[in-house]
Amino acid sequence: MIEIEAITKRYGDTTVVDDVSMTIAPHTITVIVGTSGSGKTTLMRMINRLVEPSEGTIRIDGADNHAIPGHELRRRIGYAIQGHGLFPHRTVAQNIATVPTLLGWERRRIDAKVEELLSLFQLDAAAFGPRYPHELSGGQQQRVGVARALAAEPNILLMDEPFGALDPVIRAKAQDDLLAIQRHFGTTIVLVTHDMEEAFHLADKIAVMDKGKIVQYAAPEEMLVNPATDFVETLIGAGERPFRLLSVGTTGEAAEAGTADGEPLAADASQRDALSALLWSGRDALPVVGADGEPIGRVTLAGLARRAARPQ
Amino acid sequence: MRRFLPNLLRLATLAVLVVFLFRPELFEPLLKPLVQANAPAIYNQGSLLSLTLSHLATVFAATLAATIVAVGLAILVTRPIGAEFLPLSRSLVNIGQTFPPVAVLALAVPAVGFGEKPTLIALFLYGLLPIFENAMTGLSTLPPAIVEAARGTGMTGWQRLTKVELPLALPVVLAGIRLSVTISLATATIGSTVAAKTLGEVIIAGLQSNNLAFVLQGGLVVAVLAVLIYDAFSALERVLARRAGRG
Ligand SMILES: Nc1ncnc2c1ncn2[C@@H]1O[C@H](COP(=O)(O)OP(=O)(O)OP(=O)(O)O)[C@@H](O)[C@H]1O
Ligand SMILES: [Mg+2]
Repeated sequence: MIEIEAITKRYGDTTVVDDVSMTIAPHTITVIVGTSGSGKTTLMRMINRLVEPSEGTIRIDGADNHAIPGHELRRRIGYAIQGHGLFPHRTVAQNIATVPTLLGWERRRIDAKVEELLSLFQLDAAAFGPRYPHELSGGQQQRVGVARALAAEPNILLMDEPFGALDPVIRAKAQDDLLAIQRHFGTTIVLVTHDMEEAFHLADKIAVMDKGKIVQYAAPEEMLVNPATDFVETLIGAGERPFRLLSVGTTGEAAEAGTADGEPLAADASQRDALSALLWSGRDALPVVGADGEPIGRVTLAGLARRAARPQ
Repeated sequence: MRRFLPNLLRLATLAVLVVFLFRPELFEPLLKPLVQANAPAIYNQGSLLSLTLSHLATVFAATLAATIVAVGLAILVTRPIGAEFLPLSRSLVNIGQTFPPVAVLALAVPAVGFGEKPTLIALFLYGLLPIFENAMTGLSTLPPAIVEAARGTGMTGWQRLTKVELPLALPVVLAGIRLSVTISLATATIGSTVAAKTLGEVIIAGLQSNNLAFVLQGGLVVAVLAVLIYDAFSALERVLARRAGRG
């Protein structure tokens, strides 16, 4: 759990983060969105003390984050940034091993961890481990950056526009990887992005920042239904609301009893994907199957239309 | 093939130098035309090999000291606590560079006597500037994302310096040392005016006895040493830069 309490950051006379309070529940993904310069990065970097606050406190699992030296705090918190920041003079394996090495893990444990993470990100350990970062593609570098942040099994992972530089296909893949990893390790993730699509896809809760303040901090559905200000509404994009609502839920949740013909949909696909498949196939209903391939019902156009409508 | 020819040239140059230092008499027919009859064509007032070795040792010692001091200063002034020393350090190393080595020798002799010491002092002062400026550049132009990542992974200041900043700045620092060494190799010859054992002895002996062959062989050995060492440093820098993904 991360408790941010009345945190303020000033540079000279300008207040960059203005009296922000929020509580981030453990094992959730919190996405921070907002216009450029609204203080997202600064807020995030106060959690691992890359930036020291002017006022206020931040507690992590009940303990003030000033209770231990900054570098020790940062070894416990994963940090991944846009442009990955990989060390160019170290191999991929050495990059991933950075924090475990700082923590003095045994050689064998480090090697096992590096291998596990590389295969988790679908990079062949034998082929990629000994390479230097400049010998990887941008997408691969990005994944190694996230793997490095995860190497010491941190409870908390801070990510600042981690997928900003990726093409749409790899970006979608990276997002799904991240969700899988979050479920696997139960990591608490705080992620900054400019991509609202990404925010609604990943977030358990979304925080909207404007001029250093949090203007709304709520679950995605709540934010769609009750945007706190015009700014939030504009940011979400009013025309996108029904689709955003659908992208938050899974097809499994929308499954009704019954059967249907056609290409089955996976239960963990988003309802938005289901709608798209229905429209594209020209059918009124499609079957839904679980992860094991067993049929669990069907989704219908009418059912999805009800879910996309403004909740009463 | 593109690598082959330069490497062959380097190897050949090195081989000729080594043969000349160990068996200079083999080159006598080449140098004979430069001297008057009866005058020796090959330096005969001492061993060329031992002069070369002590020349190199003097340059090496002075450059090592200059490297330690200059890199140390550059590290200090690129830390937050040392930033205020930057103007002072700059002026100090600049004075070292602008003060002519001959004048340093003249001033140092009364203080430390004749021999190697005044030469070491002159070379040390003269070599500081290129190393300091390059180390400054190397340490202050690191990619911000990488420095940031080093902090983000929880490295202490010392760990960031030794594991990330210095290794990444190394090619640029080496370029500074390369310049400094090359200048020192040539400058060291004037050390012989105050009785330091350097290849300057051969040149001075040639000037005194009007022996063109002496002057030429002293000068050529210094020049070939400088070229080979310059070349070796450049090659090392290229390897390191390629490693760091900057090549
Ligand atoms: N070290 C600093 N000194 C002075 N001002 C700063 C500093 N760091 C950030 N700022 C200012 O604080 C404001 C917020 O910066 P921040 O990086 O948190 O914005 P952001 O929301 O992450 O923006 P973006 O979406 O463009 O990344 C900006 O106006 C920026 O210029
Ligand atoms: Mg930012």
